[in-house]
Amino acid sequence: MLRFALLRILGAIPTLLVVIAVAFMLVHAAPGGPFDSERVLLPEVEQNILRAYHLDEPLPQQFSRYLRGVLRGDFGPSYTHPEYGVSEIIYASYPVSFLLGAWSLAIALVLGVLFGLIAALRRNTVIDRLLSGLAMTGISVPVFVIAPIMVLFFAVRLGWLPASFSGGTGTGRFVLPVVVLALPQLAYFARLFRASMIEVLESDYVRTARAQGLSTLSIIRHHALKPALLPLVSYLGPAIAAVLTGSVVVEQIFGIPGLGQHFVNGALNRDYTLVLGLVIFYGALIITLNLFVDLLYRFLDPRVRVQ
Amino acid sequence: MNSTAGIHRARYSIRGNRLVLICLGLLLSIAALSIVGTLVSPHSVGKIAFDQNFIGPTLDGGHWFGTDDLGRDLFVRTLKGTQITFFVAIVATMVSLVIGVSYGALAGYVGGKTDAIMMRAVDALYAMPFVFFVILLMVVFERSLTLMFVAIGAINWLDTARIVRGQTISLKQRAFVDAARLDGVSNIAIIVRHIAPNLLGIVVVYVTLTIPQIVLFESFLSFLGLGVQEPQTSLGALVSEGAARMERAPWMLLFPASFLALILLSLNFLGDGLRDVFDPKSNKT
Repeated sequence: MLRFALLRILGAIPTLLVVIAVAFMLVHAAPGGPFDSERVLLPEVEQNILRAYHLDEPLPQQFSRYLRGVLRGDFGPSYTHPEYGVSEIIYASYPVSFLLGAWSLAIALVLGVLFGLIAALRRNTVIDRLLSGLAMTGISVPVFVIAPIMVLFFAVRLGWLPASFSGGTGTGRFVLPVVVLALPQLAYFARLFRASMIEVLESDYVRTARAQGLSTLSIIRHHALKPALLPLVSYLGPAIAAVLTGSVVVEQIFGIPGLGQHFVNGALNRDYTLVLGLVIFYGALIITLNLFVDLLYRFLDPRVRVQ
Repeated sequence: MNSTAGIHRARYSIRGNRLVLICLGLLLSIAALSIVGTLVSPHSVGKIAFDQNFIGPTLDGGHWFGTDDLGRDLFVRTLKGTQITFFVAIVATMVSLVIGVSYGALAGYVGGKTDAIMMRAVDALYAMPFVFFVILLMVVFERSLTLMFVAIGAINWLDTARIVRGQTISLKQRAFVDAARLDGVSNIAIIVRHIAPNLLGIVVVYVTLTIPQIVLFESFLSFLGLGVQEPQTSLGALVSEGAARMERAPWMLLFPASFLALILLSLNFLGDGLRDVFDPKSNKT
C-alpha cells in the first residue's frame, strides 16, 4: 500500500510538469504578443513593457522563471488587472468555488445513492423506469440549459430564489447554483449505483444471506452497501473533473465571483497569464484529487488491498 | 462469429429495440428539418430588422419561433445553429475516430514494449485537464471552426483507442490473421484490410457514445463565447443569447434549449441502446 502510494505520488509529478510545460508553451506560441492592440505604442514604451514582464528574455529562461514562481505559489502578474497578481486573484476566488463544488458533489453522492437504491430495489417497475429516464435526462441535458430554465421558473416566475448570486444573501443564493451543478453528477451516481447494487444483490453471498432469513434492509446494510459503493468511488475522479468544468458555466450564469468566472473573463479578454495560471491550478487540483481517489479506492477495496 | 453474422444479429436486436429506432428517427428528422426548414422559411439567416425585434412565436409573418433582440428570425437561426452543431459533431468525431482507431490498432497489433509505452501514455493523458487546455487553445489562437474540430477531436479519442486496442489484440490471434501473414501480406495491409473491418461494430458503438460528448463540449464552448463565432451560430451560442434575454423573450431560450436537449437525449439513448446490441461485455440489467 505504502509502496503503491509513493509510486502513485511520484507518477503525478511528471504529469503536473507536463501540464505546466504544455500550457506555458501554448501561451507563448500565440501569434502576436499580449499587448498587441489597435493602439500603436512607441517602440521604447513597448520595450519597457516587455522588459517589465520579462518577455524579452529567451523562452527557456522565461519558463524556468515561471516554474520557480509556480513552485513558490506565485503565478506572475495578470495582464488585464495590473494591480493584482494572478495568485492573489486565485486565492481570493477559490473559497466560493470550493464551497459550490463540495456541496454539489456531496448532494449528488447522497441523493444519487438514495435514488439508485430505490431504483435497484424496485427494478423494472414504473418507479425504476421513471428514475432511469430522469437520470438519462440529467446526464444528457447540459448544465447551461437546465440552469437558465430553472432561473426562469424558480427565480423569475415564482420569485422563490434569487436569480443571481449578487442579488441575494445567505444560503438562498447558493441553492440554485448548487442544485444545478449537482444534477448531472447525481444522475450519474444514481445510474451507477443502481447497476452495481443490482449486480451485488444477484451475487451468491446475498442469496445465501437471504436464504438464512435476513431481511432485505439488513442485507443491504451489512452485506450489499459497501461493495456496491466501490464503483462510485472510482467514478469520483471523473465526477470531480466534471464538477470543476461545470462550475465554470454555473459561476458564469449566476455571476458567482469564483475561479470559473475569472477563467471565462480571462479567456474572453485574452488575459494570457491569468488563464495560464488557472489552467495550471485546475490541472493540479484534478491531478491531486484523482490521486486521493485512487489511494482511497486501493484502501477500500479488499481485493486490491491484499496484493 | 464472422462479421456478417454479427451485423445480422445486430439488425435483429436493433429492430427489437424500439427506443433506438425512435431516437434514430428523431435525429434524422431534426437533421432533415434543419436543412429543409431554412429553405421553406421566408426569412434569411442574418437579416437584421430592429423594428421587428422581440416578436413572440407567431404563425403569420413567418416568425414561427419569434425574433431575437436584433429582429433576426429565430426559426432560421435555430436551424442554422443545429446544422453547425451537427457539422462540428460529425467532423470532430471523424478526427477522434481516425486518431483513436489508428492509435489503438497500432498499439494492439504491434504489442510488446511499444504497446506498453503507448498505453501508459494514454493513461497519463486521461489525467490531463483537457477541457481547460482547449479553452486555452481558443484563447491563444484565432477561434475558427477548423481549430475547434481538431481540438475537440483530439481530446476525445482515448476511450476509442483503448477499446480498439483490446479488440485488435484478440483479433490478431485469430487464424485468418496468421493465414494472411503466411501469404506474405504486409503488416499495414493486415491492419487495414483484415483487422479494421472487424472492428466496425465496436467502433460504431463508441462513435455514437462520443458524438453526444462532442456536441455537449462544442455547445459548452459556444455558450461561453469561446466556440462558434458570429455571424455563424450554434445551439450553445443561441442558448447563451436566450439566457441573457429570457425575462424579456423566453422563447429565445426555450427553442434552442429544447433542440439541444432533444438532440443530446436522442444521441445518448441511441449510444446506450447500440452498446447493448453490439458490446457483448456490457451487461444490461
